[in-house]
Amino acid sequence: MAETTFREALRLALRERLLADPATIMMGEDIGAYGGSYAVTKGFLDEFGPERIRDTPISESVIVGAGIGAAMGGLHPVVELMTINFSLLAFDQIVNNAAKIHYMSGGQLNVPMVIRMASGAGSQLGAQHSHSLEGWYAHIPGLSVVVPYTPYDARGLLATALRDPNPVIFIEHTALYSRKGDLPGEPYSIPFGQAEVHRQGADVTLIGYSGSVYQCAQAADLLAADGIEAEVLNLRTLRPLDTETIVASVRKTHRAVVVEDDWKFGGFAGEIAAIIMEQAFDDLDAPVARVCGADVPIPYAKELEQAALPQPADIATAAKGLVQA
Amino acid sequence: MMTQLADKPDVDDLDRSQRIDLLRQMMLIRRFEEKSAEMYAKQRIAGFLHLYTGQEAVAAGAIAALRDDDYVVTHYRDHGHALARGIDPGRIMAELFGRDTGVSRGKGGSMHLFDAERNFMGGYAIVAGHMPLACGLALAAQQLRNNRIVLCIFGDGAVNEGEFHESLNLAAVWKLPVVFLCENNFYGMGTDIRRVSAVIEVYKRAQAYAIPAQQVDGMDVLAMYEATQQAAERARSGEGPVFLEAITYRFRGHSMADPEFYRKKDELEQWRTRDPIVSFRAFLTQDGAIDDATFDRLQAGVEDAVNEAVRFAEESPKPPLEALYRDVCKEEEA
Repeated sequence: MAETTFREALRLALRERLLADPATIMMGEDIGAYGGSYAVTKGFLDEFGPERIRDTPISESVIVGAGIGAAMGGLHPVVELMTINFSLLAFDQIVNNAAKIHYMSGGQLNVPMVIRMASGAGSQLGAQHSHSLEGWYAHIPGLSVVVPYTPYDARGLLATALRDPNPVIFIEHTALYSRKGDLPGEPYSIPFGQAEVHRQGADVTLIGYSGSVYQCAQAADLLAADGIEAEVLNLRTLRPLDTETIVASVRKTHRAVVVEDDWKFGGFAGEIAAIIMEQAFDDLDAPVARVCGADVPIPYAKELEQAALPQPADIATAAKGLVQA
Repeated sequence: MMTQLADKPDVDDLDRSQRIDLLRQMMLIRRFEEKSAEMYAKQRIAGFLHLYTGQEAVAAGAIAALRDDDYVVTHYRDHGHALARGIDPGRIMAELFGRDTGVSRGKGGSMHLFDAERNFMGGYAIVAGHMPLACGLALAAQQLRNNRIVLCIFGDGAVNEGEFHESLNLAAVWKLPVVFLCENNFYGMGTDIRRVSAVIEVYKRAQAYAIPAQQVDGMDVLAMYEATQQAAERARSGEGPVFLEAITYRFRGHSMADPEFYRKKDELEQWRTRDPIVSFRAFLTQDGAIDDATFDRLQAGVEDAVNEAVRFAEESPKPPLEALYRDVCKEEEA
């Protein structure tokens, strides 16, 4: 085992695939000469050359669309959209083409591609650079939506994504790139649809994904100080969703708090709450709670931005409310 | 005014039987579309139905200039392109009927015809949304060095979409082997191009991306063949994309629901005098390539083919309900 950053874990998975599969190529804004806006692809241009590591124009729609076409034509493209905010310019390609071509063609064509994008708020980047829209993609049949939290997740899930015969939306929370964790020395993969029980507990289940697992883990520490043992779930993928692990945990703790940076109204946390209600209603000792981003565009000022995002104390308060109910 | 790809048309490499086959293909498309309209009226076909009537020379001429392993990616008015690519009319009609034997197994419908075996990579129904796919297919061809090109067909309505411009730029900057073929029939649905485009000569848009571009008479099947062949040759040689603007006209409404308030009857009548089938028949007759008996035989042949297509579609099974959840995601490893 070696301590590795989330960024380096992504690199390891990408490099491993680029070395193993000549059909794997990368395309995106500033992934080559610049080295990637989050430095994930640093050095790749020199190692793999400009034909496989392609700097693109700032044209999100054609970057994704060309990735889809290239996948249909026999390549395995990895497209980097810099951030989820910019992916809105490629939403048509992702939703209307990538997610539907296999079905619309009656199974004749498929789209083996990975679309990577950074997500999340918390760096005072203002409303247009701080979206957490993972739930939008999770809404679409035909896509997989991957939301790693640890470096171990990042490498193992990306390894799986890179071998997937279907389009995968791979979300990297910006707050995680420099966080460290232990990785095995050998390549490995993590199947989609298997959540991780990040911390065991008997009193309440805190459910998070991507960056919000960190807030849940912090909240669990706060709760432990008050004698409440929280179980923390790291979902790892939103689609497919590991419903079994969620339901099993709720059956054990009888209480759940769902946490996400995204807005509460119409968001993915509501989907999880509904699933718990449908499948574990009789096991609940309290209504499912949601701790989500404030219902506002993300503001710039530090104090306002932090107030807009779920904080460990908010989660702990919600959890205590359920335990004491 | 326009960038000429060659000094004069040269279609000498098309022999008599190939020319007759171009005529037959146009007749097949015409008859297929007439029958589709009839089947729509009888409610055998549902959804949107966009007929290709009047534009036959574009599909027949352009697609005949391709190799079998070249890719075709097109818009939602796609029956003519699919037929010109040699896809069985029965399987196309079955798709329009929503049958399990349809080219897209009844999942696509009129606007989403696919035949991967013929490298017919699909009809797409978001205007210009398929143009980036053409770039990607061309990128794959370039990178896999299989010497294929992509014919990307779209209408004049696509040229004001961002995806049009993004695609032209990427194709040009990466020298992708794409032939962009705009079927300019002057109307984006019911809106006259002159009312919504700052520059109505569509080929000029391509010149902004340093892509050689040319207007072609889209009512002349030989002109379409010739221009596409030259464009394909250039694209295949590694010199990058080429842009063709086919000037054409649809003889029917945008879709079956179109009352056609937006264009005048005499404009339509004017264009009907340039019917691509009538004029090519006259050309071949004058040339001594066909006589009336040959034409009648061709007509009988396409009549049979279309009737057979309807029979096949009608007798084909509907998709089983368990197909609903099939093919959302591909199961095996890539």
